[in-house]
Amino acid sequence: MMRYFAPLAIFAVIVVIFAFGLHQAPRKDLVPSPLIGKPAPSFTLPSLADPTQTVSNAALHGHWYLLNVWGTWCISCRLEAPELLAIAHTGVVPVIGLDWKDSRSAAMRYLAQRGNPYQQIAFDPGGLEAIHWGVYGAPETFIVNPQGIIVYKYIGPITPGAWTRDFLPRLRAAQTVSGS
Amino acid sequence: MSRRAPLGALTLTLVALLAAPFAHAIAPTRMPTPALEARYERLIHNFRCMQCQDESLANSPVSLAADMRRQIRQMLLAGDTDQQIRHFFVARYGYFILFKPPFVLKTAWLWLTPLVLLAIGTVSALWVIRRRAAVVAGDDEDEFLDDGLTGPRKHT
Repeated sequence: MMRYFAPLAIFAVIVVIFAFGLHQAPRKDLVPSPLIGKPAPSFTLPSLADPTQTVSNAALHGHWYLLNVWGTWCISCRLEAPELLAIAHTGVVPVIGLDWKDSRSAAMRYLAQRGNPYQQIAFDPGGLEAIHWGVYGAPETFIVNPQGIIVYKYIGPITPGAWTRDFLPRLRAAQTVSGS
Repeated sequence: MSRRAPLGALTLTLVALLAAPFAHAIAPTRMPTPALEARYERLIHNFRCMQCQDESLANSPVSLAADMRRQIRQMLLAGDTDQQIRHFFVARYGYFILFKPPFVLKTAWLWLTPLVLLAIGTVSALWVIRRRAAVVAGDDEDEFLDDGLTGPRKHT
């Protein structure tokens, strides 16, 4: 009996392992960031709108903010733009832009056409700051808490569903904590 | 001529295809010393391009890879050790950026599973071989154990 049953049992175990592998395997395009729970890299970069000014996240200490990495060359960022505007309109949290590997004139034109959801925009044409944040694509959005810790990273365009599911609970929990 | 033209076109296409990776690649970067150049070369082959994921920084034409190569070059020139450069990228992108993951608690299963499977295979192989050897030797007891349903098998 065992002789016939054993191969079947081994096959069943292999099927279970493969099924687990297929369904539990993390999506390859979503690489978890080791920066979650770590202090956000501090930056001081030229402002997109005014090259004589700088944008620094040290000034944001004590406040929640979103850091949104984008570029005019990034098609998914265009998809995301309406949702970012909607988020900016709610006033729940300020959105800071990191304009990544972009040209200043193209970016200014883009914002004039589509509206500007950003409170401030740091300009990173060389892409060196993005490496410090572990950015490997655009758009990527980080939630940073008042202590300057990265609490969450969202990869890809923020959808209305993602905003209510992934962002709002984290920001609300924050507000009740800081309110109490 | 009419036969040669398509062949020529084919050859050209092949040459273009074969040359394509080199056309993208990376303007040769020269480090000041051969030692630094060798370290640079080794490092860019050991890191994954996070955008294309299955290529190394050395082979990837995307601009993020170029930024990362520039970062490596700057760190080398600033006197950072290979270890420091590895640490820099792992801290920002995780172990995923290394083609060869380190042996730490989180990756232990990755390194140990093949050894465990090999051990299981060896033990089962030994077990089967010994049983067969016993059967060949004409040990009736083993034969019964071996095949409870059909009873003892006839030799030859």
